[in-house]
Amino acid sequence: MSLLAPDTSALRPTVVSRANPAAKLAAAAAVTVVLLLSVDVVTAGTAVLLELLVLPWCGVALPALARRLAIIALAAVLASVSTAFFAVHSGTSLFSFGPLELSTGSLIAAAAIGLRIVAVGTPGVVLLASTDPTELGDSLAQVVHLPHRFVMGGLAALRLADVLVDEWRQLGLARRARGLGDDGVVGRLRTGGEQAFSLLVLSVRRAAVLATAMEARGFGGSRRTWARPSALRPSDVVVVAGGVVIAAAATTAGVVAGTWRLLLS
Amino acid sequence: MSLEARGFGWRWNGREAWAVRGLDLTVADGERILLLGASGAGKSTLLTAAAGVLDGSDGGTGESEGILEIDGVDAPAARLAALEDSAGLARSGLLLQDPQAQTVLARCGDDVAFGLENHSVPREEIWPRVDVALAEVGLPVDRARPTAHLSGGQRQRLALAGVMALRPQLLLLDEPTAMLDPAGAARLAEVVKERLDASGAGCLVVEHRVSLWLDVVTRVVVLAPAGGVLADGTPHEVIAARGEELAAAGVWVPGLTPRRLRSSSPSAAPPSAVIMKDPASRAAREGRSTLITGAEGGSGLITGAEGRVGDERAAPGQALLTLAGVSAGHRSGDPVLTGVDAVVRAGRAVAVRGPNGAGKSTLALVLAGLAAPRAGSVTASPSLRGLADDGAGDQPLRWRPRQLVARIGSVFQDPRHQFVARTVADELAVGPRRLGVAEDGPDGVGERVEELLERLRLTRLARANPFTLSGGEQRRLSVGTALATRPASLVLDEPTFGQDAATWAELAELLLGVIAAGTAVVAATHDDDLTAAIADETWHVDHGRLVVTAVPGAASPCRDAA
Repeated sequence: MSLLAPDTSALRPTVVSRANPAAKLAAAAAVTVVLLLSVDVVTAGTAVLLELLVLPWCGVALPALARRLAIIALAAVLASVSTAFFAVHSGTSLFSFGPLELSTGSLIAAAAIGLRIVAVGTPGVVLLASTDPTELGDSLAQVVHLPHRFVMGGLAALRLADVLVDEWRQLGLARRARGLGDDGVVGRLRTGGEQAFSLLVLSVRRAAVLATAMEARGFGGSRRTWARPSALRPSDVVVVAGGVVIAAAATTAGVVAGTWRLLLS
Repeated sequence: MSLEARGFGWRWNGREAWAVRGLDLTVADGERILLLGASGAGKSTLLTAAAGVLDGSDGGTGESEGILEIDGVDAPAARLAALEDSAGLARSGLLLQDPQAQTVLARCGDDVAFGLENHSVPREEIWPRVDVALAEVGLPVDRARPTAHLSGGQRQRLALAGVMALRPQLLLLDEPTAMLDPAGAARLAEVVKERLDASGAGCLVVEHRVSLWLDVVTRVVVLAPAGGVLADGTPHEVIAARGEELAAAGVWVPGLTPRRLRSSSPSAAPPSAVIMKDPASRAAREGRSTLITGAEGGSGLITGAEGRVGDERAAPGQALLTLAGVSAGHRSGDPVLTGVDAVVRAGRAVAVRGPNGAGKSTLALVLAGLAAPRAGSVTASPSLRGLADDGAGDQPLRWRPRQLVARIGSVFQDPRHQFVARTVADELAVGPRRLGVAEDGPDGVGERVEELLERLRLTRLARANPFTLSGGEQRRLSVGTALATRPASLVLDEPTFGQDAATWAELAELLLGVIAAGTAVVAATHDDDLTAAIADETWHVDHGRLVVTAVPGAASPCRDAA
């Protein structure tokens, strides 16, 4: 498996994993936009609950999903803890020690922040874990009709990113072979900085060669055909509808419970 | 399709010198040409210009002068016209030198299809053409195979497939076989010939190794470094008239291939090694003044024969590194090599041979203390450990960088990976400084750098940035950086890859010198000539196994071991 491209052969074919990437993107966008409107426990909590319910239909193997979700969970926990201690306090004070204070109000805010991060992050994680970048590119160009130069350029850059990972390793080994990298933390930081600069120089050169090679193979014309067709199918409607339903249900729950507040107002 | 250049010239932005200048050349439809010339004569630039990808307009990548036309149309315009007419055929197909940088997409099939899509080939025609192209270049992989899993040689073939699929009327190949093993290179030349025979297309091939293409091309054009054409004619005519001159300029001319340089008797030092051992006399013979001091003793500083205090060099033939039951391979996937038992000996040279992807580079990393073996052990002998009094253990992999650089020097396939300094002189000084060698005085950093610069013919480039050097100069510098710390063993990965004959001869001479001075040399290489020139034994890797063979006539590495 490469850095950014998931191993799509390990996916189970389900309605979500087989959906057109544009449909997945639309579903994720619906959930994200709605959750950005308000920070409240009920809206975010409902969204997380519904997302967890549909996860089994996403086709991503549990370990792969867990690894990616763990990052989201970590971010949620960190944000929650800082919110719990440092948010504007209200309600009953539960704990106070020096500058640290916990109150019922700050705990609720913390839960809302944490749930919101999970609710927004999960659709993104599923999108990335279940979508091949090349397929995403095909879909963005053929379904969303983004300019093909932009899409193909992005895909080529993504492949170059994989090369960079390999190159970084080579540079690290080469530095060891030159006798560099054993001067404690400061020396290591300096060597790392120099290594990053070398990587930059090399990748600019690589990118220039790649651009020439792409142009020589006809990249940059006004039109092109597509070897891999990408079109919406009836089942994609289910995926988009799923996203809209989650967004709508979460918002409705929040409004009914009276916790929903529009952030901008 | 014809090509016509009249007074054509190109200068890259930010460069003072013109890469190509004053070029007059006519290539008739279907003509097959081998393009030769010294490094820096502008061969690669001419190919990219013919492909129509050089932009000389304001805000472009350089400045052009004169005329370069394809079928009577300016080259860039001809390229765009081929895109617009939707015939799915390219005017020209360009294969560049760096295969790693030419892969566009993540899967092999998609990558070959990329050019066809750009040329608006209908979908139903794309995949059959992709399959044919992959089969033609001898890359029988699944379309879905990730490009990240390909070896350098396979990548070269993939890039060629991407070009061939477009059925170009003029193939422009820039060192297409540089990364291939000898059998693969011969096959690729055959593939190109078949393709040209079948399609009637023409070609412009840049390649140092002339013999590969003699059956393919009908004409040889030699570019002059100062601009213009030096020679032009049938291969026979050009080689007969200009052979010596071409060889001197670095072209691999058939019949003038390097001879076996290594003496069969260890006691009789080869002539080139004598030259190595006495740089002062070499400089004197060539009528140059020398800046080298302290070299009167007859043992050059590079060779390290003089030695530092406490420097106990191992006797020739003595074991330095022992591999026992070693498996090597990338962290993911199965090991590519298993059960390797072998010994690296002082003053002996090993050529690691084998086809693309057999594990030569991986083995080199393991030997150099840079990568962990998947199984088994790499053990440093007491004499290698005792080279410096720094408490180094018996596993090179565990050595700190400083301990490693005092004992094992590494030369990577891509020299640019190894450059860490702003100037050539500083680059050579990095290693000795890390070892705490004094700046001034006899055998100080300054002196070592001066001598290496002189020896590598880089003195006039001492202040230049390593990244701005030519390929050959970068290669020499990368070998120099490894020699600067006088390691007891030197591990090189494809040291002669893509080098012209002049650089080749210098490298071979340099290596013979360090071998004669008692350094162990291990070179992973596709190069038959290099193997013949320096190796005492070959380690052939294939199908996951390593077989050690003594090179006939070489110093026997095993029997005279201490």
